[in-house]
Parts: sequence; C-alpha cells; structure tokens
Amino acid sequence: MRGRLNAGLLVGGALVGIVVLAALASFFWTPHDPTFVDAARKLREPGGGYLLGADKYGRDTFSQLMVGARTTLYVGIVAVGIAAVIGAPLGVIAGMTPRGWLSELIMRVNDLVFAFPALLLAVMLGAVYGAGTLTAMIAIGVATVPAFARVARAATLQVMVTDYILAARAAGRRRPAIAVRHVLPNISSVLIVQASVSFAIAILAEAALSFLGFGTRPPTPSWGRMLQESQELLFSTPRLALWPGLAIALAVLGFNLLGDGLRDFLDPKLRRIRAEG
Amino acid sequence: MTLYLVKRLAVLLASIAVAGVVVFAFMALLPGDPAEIALGVNATPDAVAQLRRQFGTDRPAVVQFFDWFGGLVQGDFGTSYVTSSPVGPQISDRLGVTAVLVLGGMVVALVIAVPLGTFAAVHHRNPLGAVISAVSQAGIAVPAFLAGILLVFVFAVQAQALPSGGYVPFAESPGEWLRSLLLPWLSLGLVQGAVLTRYVRSAVLDVMREDYLRTARAKGRGSTGALWRHGLPNAAIPVVTVLGLQLATLLVGAVVVERVFVIPGLGDLLLNGVAGRDLLLVQGVVMVLVAAVLLINFVVDVTYHLLDPRLR
Repeated sequence: MRGRLNAGLLVGGALVGIVVLAALASFFWTPHDPTFVDAARKLREPGGGYLLGADKYGRDTFSQLMVGARTTLYVGIVAVGIAAVIGAPLGVIAGMTPRGWLSELIMRVNDLVFAFPALLLAVMLGAVYGAGTLTAMIAIGVATVPAFARVARAATLQVMVTDYILAARAAGRRRPAIAVRHVLPNISSVLIVQASVSFAIAILAEAALSFLGFGTRPPTPSWGRMLQESQELLFSTPRLALWPGLAIALAVLGFNLLGDGLRDFLDPKLRRIRAEG
Repeated sequence: MTLYLVKRLAVLLASIAVAGVVVFAFMALLPGDPAEIALGVNATPDAVAQLRRQFGTDRPAVVQFFDWFGGLVQGDFGTSYVTSSPVGPQISDRLGVTAVLVLGGMVVALVIAVPLGTFAAVHHRNPLGAVISAVSQAGIAVPAFLAGILLVFVFAVQAQALPSGGYVPFAESPGEWLRSLLLPWLSLGLVQGAVLTRYVRSAVLDVMREDYLRTARAKGRGSTGALWRHGLPNAAIPVVTVLGLQLATLLVGAVVVERVFVIPGLGDLLLNGVAGRDLLLVQGVVMVLVAAVLLINFVVDVTYHLLDPRLR
C-alpha cells in the first residue's frame, strides 16, 4: 500500500465500477432483449417494467444502456491494450537510448502518428475495410500509441539516472534485462495512470465514431449511436438523448477521476508536492 | 533561432511529405477499381481500360503518387472520379467554414478558461476555486457533440431562441450567420474551455510560487499587479502548448459538430466523400486536416521558443 485512498480514487472507482458491473451483468441478464424491435412499444414512457422507457423502435433503453456499457469497455480495453503494448516498449527503448538513431526514429514516427487523430484514422480505415467496432478499436488504439510512448519515454529517462540502474549496469546486466527487471516495474504506476486517462479518451472517441456511423454497427447497442438516433427526436422525446449522454459523461468522468486518484495514490512524492503547494 | 526555425521547417515539410505517402498508400488499399465502380458491373473490359487510362489509374502506384502529391504542392487536388468535378475548389469552399468554426470555438474556450483558471488558481484555497475545478473536471467528460445536443435542447427546443442547425453564409446575412454559428461555437468552446481552465489554473499556480513573483511583491507591486506583469506572461508558455494541441482536437471535434448542426464544412465533405466512395476527395480532405495538425504543431513549437527566452 503506497498511499492513502483519496476522493478521486473513490468516486472514480465507484463510477467505473458501475459501468463494469452493468457490462458484466448484461452477459447474464437484461430487463428486456436490447435488440428486440416491437412497434407496439414505440417511444413507450418509463414505467411498467421499462425503467427508462423505450426508443423509436420499441427497444428498452435501460437494457440498451447495459449492453452499451459492454461495447464501451470492450473498445476501451482493446484500444488501450493496443496503445500500451506498442507504445510502452517503444517509449522504454527511446528512453534507454536517448541519443541513438533508434530513439530519434521512434520519436519522429511518433510525431507523425500524432498528426493522425483517431477519428481520421477510423474514417480512413472505415473507408477501406468497412466501418465497425474492430476498425474503431484499431484506429483509437493506434492514435493513442504516441501518448503512451511519450509518457513511457519521459519516465524511463528519469529512471535511467537512478543509482539502482547504475548498479545493475555495473553488475553487467544487459539492456533488455534492465528494461524488464528494473525500468518497467518502476514506470508501471505512470503507465497505469496513462491507461486510465487513455480509457476516458477512448470512450469519447468511440462515442463520436458511433455517432458518425463509423463505430459499432447496428443492432449492437452503443451509447454513441443511441445519441445519434435520439437527435431527430430531441424536440419530442429528449429523454432518449439524456440517458446515453449521461452514461458517456459519467464513464469518462469516472476514468478521469480514477486516473487522477491513482496518480496521487501511486506517487507519494507528487502528493507531498501538492500538499506543499 | 534562425537555425532552429530552418531545422523545424525542414521537419515540418518532411512530415507533410511522409503523411502524404501514408494517406496515399492507405487509399490505394481501397478495394475496387475507380473505373469499374464508375462504369458499373455491365461495362465492357475495353471501356474500363479506356477509363482507367483517362483517370491515370493504369500507371504504377509510384507515378500516381508523385502526380497526386506534385499537384497538391501546386494546389491541384485532382478531379473526382465520381463527380468529375475538381476536388480543390470543393475543399477550399469548405475550409473557410471549418476554420471559422474552429477559431470561434477557440475564442470561446479562451474567454472561459483564462479568467476562470486564473481565478481558481488565485483562490485555490477557497471553496469557489474548488467549485471551478470540479465544474471543469465535469466539463472535460462531455464530448463536443453531446454538448451540442444539450445546447440545441436548451436554446432551440426549449427557449426557441436559436436555430437547431443549418448554416447561413456571411455574405447572405451577417446576423443569421452569427445566429447559425453561436451554438456550434459554444459546443466546441465550452468543452475545450473546461480542459483549458485546468491548464491555466495549474500554470498560474506554478508561477505564483516563483521567487520573481515574491520579489515583485516585495518591491511594492500589489499581488494583482505582480501577477499581471510577471505571472501571466510566464504562465502563458505552457498554456500556449496546450492551446496548440487543443486546436488540433478542435479541428477533429469540428468534424462531429458539423454533423450535429448540419454545417457544410470539411468534416461534412469528408463523410460525404466516404459515403460516396469518392477516393480523391477523401484523400484530399484527410491530407488537408493532417497538414493542418502538423502546421499547428509547428507554430506551437516556434511560439514556445519565442516566448521562452531560455530556449533561444
């Protein structure tokens, strides 16, 4: 246990916990079939077994939100996974050989990828391979690689000047061994924080892509598409936009707070600096 | 400084060229031959071959790339295989709309973030400062298109004060132009303002701890005077960097916001291009957006050097 629990960690953890629970529960149970179209229940008001009402196709909003949480987490986990698996090792390599040509090459390519925002990548990928959850995840993941690489590089640079790295080098340990045994464990807290923040960004990107029709395809429920479908009914049934909007905002807030909270929790030095400030 | 500028400019130009290769290669992967698509399934092989020659798609990919990129450098984006109209004028027509949208959003963000962030930093120990921090944290969690939908609900559906969408050119009616852009500007600006507020707050907090600020106060300048004269110019350095990164985010955000408000900008053009499988159009718009992001990063880096004398 490295630090004390803080408000960000608790509130963020609780919000993320709700999303995870809803997603997990949706595998076993939802109040209704979220994809079942029933004209008789079209735009049904909340109540009578339909906690949040039904949409223009008669699909239960609450069930859709639950399965939508699954989509959101699925995209986030895969996208952040891609970014971490590619970005973190690249950042560590660049940080361990700061003056080498490899480091220079990695960071220049990084800058170039940075110029391709997730949305543009997803639109390009969608145009070539057809839009869908997979292309959205890959696009968001690739676009997030530079963030991980930069953070990992900066943290590695700090770790490389410490005495224990000097000792390991003096003991004759090879670079890959130092990277795995000493650098990675010591930059893991920074990477965990980055993962949480990137997760929030991935949720926003997935929602935006689904809203534009470049994300999750129907009939799989997605918060972004629920919003897009609700837009034309904003004048008559605004609640249809309210729930998915709230779900997106709370999930993003949860991951952002969790990231901030984890930063304070995992880095006692930073907490001391903040307390002094 | 001159050497730095030359080096940085070389990196910019090289990056744009490599980005051009990436975009071209990507679009070359697109399944289907433009000539076959244009002529349909019943076309004879001769007709397809002739159209391929006409489009220039029968040449090696490398030749096609240099032809396309060479054209771009001279402002010629090629002629659409689908609509047979030149791509360049379509992009330049829309570019202005998107630029106005993005810049307006930036102004809204600045107008919100600079006073609020500074206030939150100066009063970081009192509840109001904490409230501003909390509100900005919540604002970050709202995507621009959701902000747009909420604003439409409040100002168009409930208050019926502003249009829910559509765009009126400035030349047609300046008043209506302003009315049609107010909500899109707010959608982009409120969210980015929330993000920026946090950065302004932490930048001002950082400079408030600096020795030179204490010296300025010791010399008899009031706290506010010292902050104005010495604090804010120094706090501007990190904020400018974030501002540049945000400009790039705004550019992408504009693509989505244009969809929410039915504004005929670059985003709208891009999505229509994808829907119509208009290869050259998509290629051109993506290239313009990527080049804009690279150019913004360039300007930020140079500004950073100008603002921070230690880097010169």
